Amino acid sequence: MIDKPINNRAWLFVVPVLAFVLFSSIIPVMTVVNYSLQDTMGENNFFWNGDSWFRDLLNPATTIGARFNDALFRTLAFSFVCLLVEVPLGIAIALCVPRRGWSVGISLVIIALPMLIPWNVVGTIWQIFTREDIGLFGAALTGLGLHYNVTQDAVSAWVTIVVIDVWHWTPLVILLSYAGLRAIPDAYYQAARIDGASRWAVFANIELPKLQKVLVIAVLLRFMQTFMIYTEPFVVTGGGPGSATTFLSIDLDKIALGQVDLGNAAAMSLVYYLITLTVCWVFFTIMTQLDRRRDV
Amino acid sequence: MRSGVASRIVFAAYLVLLMLPIYWLIILSLRKNEDIMSGLVFYPHHPTIEKYVAIFNDPTWMHAFGVSLSYVALNTIISVTVALPAAYAFNRYHFIGDKHLFFWLLTNLMVPAAVFAMPFFQLYYAVGLFDTIWAVVLAHCLFNVPLAVWILEGFVGGVPREIDETAAIDGYSFPHFFVRIFLPLIANGIGVTAFFCFMFSWVEQLLATTLTSAHALPFAAVMTRAYSASGMDWSLLSAAGVLTMIPGAVVIWFVRNHIAKGFALGRV
Repeated sequence: MIDKPINNRAWLFVVPVLAFVLFSSIIPVMTVVNYSLQDTMGENNFFWNGDSWFRDLLNPATTIGARFNDALFRTLAFSFVCLLVEVPLGIAIALCVPRRGWSVGISLVIIALPMLIPWNVVGTIWQIFTREDIGLFGAALTGLGLHYNVTQDAVSAWVTIVVIDVWHWTPLVILLSYAGLRAIPDAYYQAARIDGASRWAVFANIELPKLQKVLVIAVLLRFMQTFMIYTEPFVVTGGGPGSATTFLSIDLDKIALGQVDLGNAAAMSLVYYLITLTVCWVFFTIMTQLDRRRDV
Repeated sequence: MRSGVASRIVFAAYLVLLMLPIYWLIILSLRKNEDIMSGLVFYPHHPTIEKYVAIFNDPTWMHAFGVSLSYVALNTIISVTVALPAAYAFNRYHFIGDKHLFFWLLTNLMVPAAVFAMPFFQLYYAVGLFDTIWAVVLAHCLFNVPLAVWILEGFVGGVPREIDETAAIDGYSFPHFFVRIFLPLIANGIGVTAFFCFMFSWVEQLLATTLTSAHALPFAAVMTRAYSASGMDWSLLSAAGVLTMIPGAVVIWFVRNHIAKGFALGRV
């Protein structure tokens, strides 16, 4: 880590990567920046509009500002709820995954399976599963006498999207935690047994601290993914009922592709992008610091 | 100490809950529509594979399946190939701007696809790649190339630097060393990386459907054919859904022993 030789010719190794990523990154970003600073009267005539799209967007008194505020709050609330469920659940299940024997491989394959299903198919699976006429989940909840209707009841829609996300992505937390747990040497457990430590003490003093780094990765990956969620609510609720599950991505899609309101959409894209960038930067800083602490 | 009965029961219960929606999809795919609407059953009383046969006999479905597999395969090959030298450079050398570059690459993993859907459409339309598999291949490079660099960098770090030096002293040229000696050493890492590229390209649908319209529609987009004016063809939709899970299940089986490590991005 410390004694890496300085070699600027290493740039040559990075050029292919740059070529591919730049093509798909810089040009689209600049397109968005362009739209965010201009307005149009149609006919492809654009004129300079300064920062007014951004001022509207960040001012909750305007229609678009209020809409953005609501969607942002909704998305943050969604991310928070998902993390609150998925991280503890993921750690708990990871502790139960078998460590050796024939069942390890098959268990991991089953756990990982939901993550390999195309996202709109995940939506379809749950669209069927939550219907009260042909879906087990919907029928069971209705059978219990609960008022459950994904397309008409906001609470049902929210619960459903959270359940879908938990079903779809808790496996990521499980696999990360499992990898972290596997990396703990047996000697730690033996020492704990000699000391007569309780199961809880082993968890709190050995396992949890050792999981710190994978949990940082898990929390931040899960935050980013829930913050960007699009396909599952799009398929299952379409953002409804009303705008109950209209998260940022869905709202952006409605404004950009539905209303073709380019200025507002572009300003919103950039603010959205900057929020994710900020979080990514915090993530990167925490990770490199953990790395450094480990090296010392 | 840790393989108690309670934890086994919890784990088994979790697996059952996890599989339930998938099991439900499989049963629906094996039932006729009239049968589905007639009530809930826990296993198909009159199983039929007619919808699967219909999908396999329909050139549109099969073409779309081929399209999906081709862009995923091409994207995986490109991502891993260009990421390998970069991962080596990031791990072995300091160079001007290396940290900033690495961070910038990672930021591309965090971009909401919805932000890029419209500009991507315009870009690929302008360069004449719209509605070809290459549009999807290149678009998915946006997040798969940085992901591949990140994962591979972890695996490159697992190979001691002494090996590079010994090879240089023994008179191996760098390309010879890299291809013949170094790549076999990180074969597992390449497998895991390829798996992740496959996974993210296979599951991503927003860009894949935005950038295609007729000739290069991915399989999962063709599923909208099950939504028709005469009502939903639940059975067909379920059968198509089941088919989309098969490639993932096959690929995952090959990397099952390395997958946990890969999920920790080779950095645990």
